[in-house]
Amino acid sequence: MGTYVFKLPDIGEGIAEAEIAEWRVAVGDMVEEDQPIVDMLTDKAAVEVPAPTDGKIVKLHGEPGDMVPVSSALITMEVEGDGNAIDADVDIRPAEEADPEPDPEPDTQPKAESAQEPSAPAVPDQKPASKPAQKPSRKPAGRTRPAGDKPLASPAVRRRARDEGIRLAYLQGTGPAGQITHADLDEHLASGQIAGPAATGLVQKTGVEDIKIIGIRRKIAERMQDAKQRIPHFAYVEEIDLTELEALRKHMNTNRRDDQPKLTLLPFLMKAIVQAVPHYPQVNSNYDDAAGVVHQFEGVHIGIATQTKVGLTVPVVRHAEARDMWDSAAEVKRLADAARAGQATKDELSGSTITITSLGALGGIVTTPVINSPEVAIIGVNKLVEKPVVIDGQIAIRKTMNLSSSFDHRIVDGYDAALFIQKIKGLLEFPATLFTS
Amino acid sequence: MATKSINTKVLVVGAGPGGYVAAIRCGQLGLDTTIVEADRHGGTCLIRGCIPSKALIHAASKLDDMRKHAGKGVLGIKLPQEPEFDLSGAVKWKDGVVDKLSRGVGSLLGRAKVREVHGWATFSDAKTCTVDTDEGEVTIHAEHVILANGSVATELPNLPFGEHVISSAEALNLPEVPKRLAVVGAGYIGLELGIAYAKMGSTVTFVEATDRILPLYDAALVRPVEQYLKKNKLKVHLSTKAQGVKVNKGVATLSAKSDHGDDLNIKVDKVLVTVGRKPNTQGWGLENMPVDMDGPFVKVDEQCRTSVSKVWAIGDLVGEPMLAHKGSAQGEMVAEIIAGQRRAFEPVAIPAVCFTEPEIIGVGLSPDEAKAAGYETKVGNFPLAANGRALSMEAGADGGFVRITARADNHVILGIHAVGKHVSELSGEFIHALEMGSRLEDVAGTIHVHPTMTEAFPESALSALGHAIHA
Repeated sequence: MGTYVFKLPDIGEGIAEAEIAEWRVAVGDMVEEDQPIVDMLTDKAAVEVPAPTDGKIVKLHGEPGDMVPVSSALITMEVEGDGNAIDADVDIRPAEEADPEPDPEPDTQPKAESAQEPSAPAVPDQKPASKPAQKPSRKPAGRTRPAGDKPLASPAVRRRARDEGIRLAYLQGTGPAGQITHADLDEHLASGQIAGPAATGLVQKTGVEDIKIIGIRRKIAERMQDAKQRIPHFAYVEEIDLTELEALRKHMNTNRRDDQPKLTLLPFLMKAIVQAVPHYPQVNSNYDDAAGVVHQFEGVHIGIATQTKVGLTVPVVRHAEARDMWDSAAEVKRLADAARAGQATKDELSGSTITITSLGALGGIVTTPVINSPEVAIIGVNKLVEKPVVIDGQIAIRKTMNLSSSFDHRIVDGYDAALFIQKIKGLLEFPATLFTS
Repeated sequence: MATKSINTKVLVVGAGPGGYVAAIRCGQLGLDTTIVEADRHGGTCLIRGCIPSKALIHAASKLDDMRKHAGKGVLGIKLPQEPEFDLSGAVKWKDGVVDKLSRGVGSLLGRAKVREVHGWATFSDAKTCTVDTDEGEVTIHAEHVILANGSVATELPNLPFGEHVISSAEALNLPEVPKRLAVVGAGYIGLELGIAYAKMGSTVTFVEATDRILPLYDAALVRPVEQYLKKNKLKVHLSTKAQGVKVNKGVATLSAKSDHGDDLNIKVDKVLVTVGRKPNTQGWGLENMPVDMDGPFVKVDEQCRTSVSKVWAIGDLVGEPMLAHKGSAQGEMVAEIIAGQRRAFEPVAIPAVCFTEPEIIGVGLSPDEAKAAGYETKVGNFPLAANGRALSMEAGADGGFVRITARADNHVILGIHAVGKHVSELSGEFIHALEMGSRLEDVAGTIHVHPTMTEAFPESALSALGHAIHA
């Protein structure tokens, strides 16, 4: 039996000391080689330090929170064989002999000789040659690099380690004189001790494609920027119970004539807006802020935000107030088809007084739509879902949907905006009122 | 004239050995690259440093050899009279070598599809510079900027460059051999050129402020050079500071003062000032890019990043050693980092060579440096006087040797040094051994071809192991 003093190895470039975070073992424990014995903290990382060899812990040098300089004693172990009295002199001991560690076996032989005698003469620490002779103590001492020593590795190994994201400072080499070899890198990678993201096989992509912003996209960009810069938006979201309306819509679709289009929710919302606008005329206007004039319209020209191949366009259903449900539905479909085909005319793409944007089919519970300047209001449709709702103390399954709207706060007060949306809510939840005036 | 504007992924400033290598590697990696250079391709190394000085040194050595054959002759070869020498002929030949290499760099840049802009770049911010070209002003804006502005010869305030006081650049283009040449500064550049001019016929005097020549090398390595200087009557004044040059009736006199208070007046035709080089940080707008400095140098990390994102600096601009091969290695590395590879500048050593008479090379730690770094060492020496090939090339009689320094505990080689004729060509094997982490046994166990001077290398390793065969 021998005593083995394990010193804090060099755990990173330029790190002179580390803090004991937590001992994983206690005095008296039997440990196996590579079993984690302590967590050390440096200013860069937390490092798990494994046991250098099999043995019994006889002393822990320090308490959690203590700073331990690199190459000073960390634990003392009782091991089979001679401990590190022999092995350490070859490889562990730093070049200076000023080592406070007490020599457990008073060895009177000069150190150089004791190092050379057990193995091949001029090759003091070549692992393959010396291994059989050192069998009892296995390989631990020879694998630990003395403090301050740079890891020894050829340029190709150093480059590969960089590529794989491996810090050589954390590896012990098995090559001659502790040189880190390609095989050591293989083993390290196979062991799953991945040091950096490159070892995942993922590669950083650094390419950048420069795309000129021209045409429709530039127009969209300019208008969005202008709207967001100039208009103080405020958003208002309300949940609407569409159970009744959906029943009506289903009935109307089932009983429609062949020349009538299938009704979506949109014509109903348009109808509700048309009904609500006379009560809150300020939401149906264009604000010419340069001239300081609000053009408040009697007619309701509803922009329908439409996604096309080239981006967002907003065809306009003119005079929604003069259209019935079927007519509105047909006009929305005609305009959307024209816009997607790139055939919408300038007149069909301008002149709106209020806009509807619908991402509801894609899901989403809330949006904060950008006002289609110079308008002052935009109403967004969110997803229609069935959910439990409490009605008169009972839970009922209802079809509900959020309306997310934005208003230009310069022109529309929050109070009025809320009343406007509440009006629409009432119209949609009691659909019969859509058809009375 | 109209202002042209270029947007580029990588802008390299300076087409010296750092910059042009960076640009070529960038081009190889498919990066849109632009290089700006006001002079020809090649930088100090190619135009006014390594290459032209080695060409002149070669011409001077050839002349010196041939002179030995005049009269009684040597090796049984006699010349009926002294060879005639015309420095302008040697300079012309040297210029031919430089031209050829410079054109070669140009075609390499072209092949790598690097865009070239000829003119002086002035930066207005870290990523934008304006270049005055023959075709007008060109504004270049880059995503990445690699600064490879190099270095310039240091001028002494009391010895301003002029008609009589010259730098190493002018010394490579003199119309005739000066009769009397004083060299201020006995570092490697001064000694290389001073010895070459002595071979060409100048009476050469060195004035060195410190107490020794070649302060970067240890005494044992420098001794053969000192012996050569003594034997060939090149005067060396150590611990002596040059004061100034006075011209009286066309005759110039260099005054100097020794540390003991002795005054010295040396009649000269030319004074060559070689007191070192300094990074080229003036006159191109460095002050307009907020990079951190490290003394006179631009501060960089181990990947040659400056303190400004995507601004890189390499070569002489970032610190010692100011050597071409260091700049090239850094340039190659930076290009690869920009292309997304993981690299760091982490050589075991940067080899250095000194083309004095005889030559000196050094890689890694000397025995003294190894001791200072805390190593216990084994040191082996092998004299070139015991190497057959050296003797058969008249290279064994100048006190040359190969010296190897290794760790005593595991025999890993820490440094290899040599002095002697032709030893510069051994340096490749030395640095390779060091980078591969070789041990004494690796070198000793490698069969070297006989008869070559390379045999001195395994012999030095055997000597360190205590059993050299031939010494």
